[in-house]
Amino acid sequence: MDVAAALDRLAPRLSPTATRALNARRLSGGASLETWAFDLDDATPLILRRQPDSAIPRETALPLAGEAALIRAADAAGAPAPRVVHVCEPGDDLGEAYVMRRLEGETLGRRIVRDEAFAAVRPGLARRCGEVLARIHAIPTEGLPPLATSDARGELARYEAVYRQMGAARPILEAAFRWLEAIAPPPPERPVLVHGDFRNGNLMIHPEGGLVGVLDWELAHLGDPAEDLGWICVNSWRFGEWKKPVGGFGDYADLLDGHGGDIALDRVRFWQALGSLKWGVMCLMMYQSFATGADRSIERAMIGRRASETEIDLVALMEAA
Amino acid sequence: MTSHPTAAELSEAVAAFEAEPVLPGDVRQAFLARVTDNARATLAREAEHGARLEAEAVERLTALLGQAGDFAALNARLCEALRDGAIDPLDPALLAHLRATAVGQIAIDQPGYGGLAALLAAEAY
Repeated sequence: MDVAAALDRLAPRLSPTATRALNARRLSGGASLETWAFDLDDATPLILRRQPDSAIPRETALPLAGEAALIRAADAAGAPAPRVVHVCEPGDDLGEAYVMRRLEGETLGRRIVRDEAFAAVRPGLARRCGEVLARIHAIPTEGLPPLATSDARGELARYEAVYRQMGAARPILEAAFRWLEAIAPPPPERPVLVHGDFRNGNLMIHPEGGLVGVLDWELAHLGDPAEDLGWICVNSWRFGEWKKPVGGFGDYADLLDGHGGDIALDRVRFWQALGSLKWGVMCLMMYQSFATGADRSIERAMIGRRASETEIDLVALMEAA
Repeated sequence: MTSHPTAAELSEAVAAFEAEPVLPGDVRQAFLARVTDNARATLAREAEHGARLEAEAVERLTALLGQAGDFAALNARLCEALRDGAIDPLDPALLAHLRATAVGQIAIDQPGYGGLAALLAAEAY
């Protein structure tokens, strides 16, 4: 498929003053989805998200039209999100895809937690994350595309099944499954829209504007709002700034206050621990694709060794329990 | 002691990357070259510390379980005991073993990881 040519044909429908698409280039990252950056000849900066032609259907992820609908709902609710310009139709020749405005900023966690350029926005970022999550969690669920519902026990069971199927013998993960099962909170009375992957890497941060966009909605579901607050506190996304539990840039109190003070720290810490456990299992899963020969790259092999970072974090969390 | 991948698998992946033709300016290959450098460093640390860490783990597991055996057998036995509830996940003797195991493993995999400093700082209290 010639993505650039299809975008060129689509250009007049993306902006009334455009005739052509320019500079179409595939961005790195995103194994399951393609992301393309391009511009219109009226200087509109855009992003295309599309399902690759050869893509294996994704079991847990949302269809792209659903993702676009969620981004529109977030935008309407006042949460920072890129504006969706167009959801592709069969005649557009781009497959399952949508086009949104390209935001300016940085997603690389290492830079956000360390670079001088972000020093001015870092102090307010944890509170802002809490505020943005509160807006997302308050979006009425009736109007949303069909979404899976999950809770703490369901997530534990799902990841334990994956872990068992791999036949790995990892005592720390075994202990963590039993510990978290014993303390799992009951599902919330009313499940809310959960982003599902709210962390460094999926947050577009501008050196002056701060958090300007929440990206990658493909893991969104209905569930416990504390899940999103816990996930951004997982140590793996702190990039060495381990004393700042919220994304390597902030403190729990600011995150919780920003959310409105309606969620207990214990509940967030539970989901943080479950997040570390999930990431540990995911590292092992990614290594499995090396072990089975599906992907023999050094990258897939080395990701397996990151399971031990989640193990050291889980030990610290169990000791503190 | 170390798996997912084992040192042999990791060495194989390093050798496979080294056998690939160099494509100047290829962004993906430049990224993989950095990953391969990290893998070599990991293998060097494992060669230096792996055997000692495994011997220490076997010693701790023998005391914890009251059984003799090699690392794989004892480690599998511990997993079983945790799974069937024979050992509580927050048992202090268990946690002492898990802490030592995690510290040893991170020394091989990622000695600069912030979680190590966090765990050692917690020790001070």
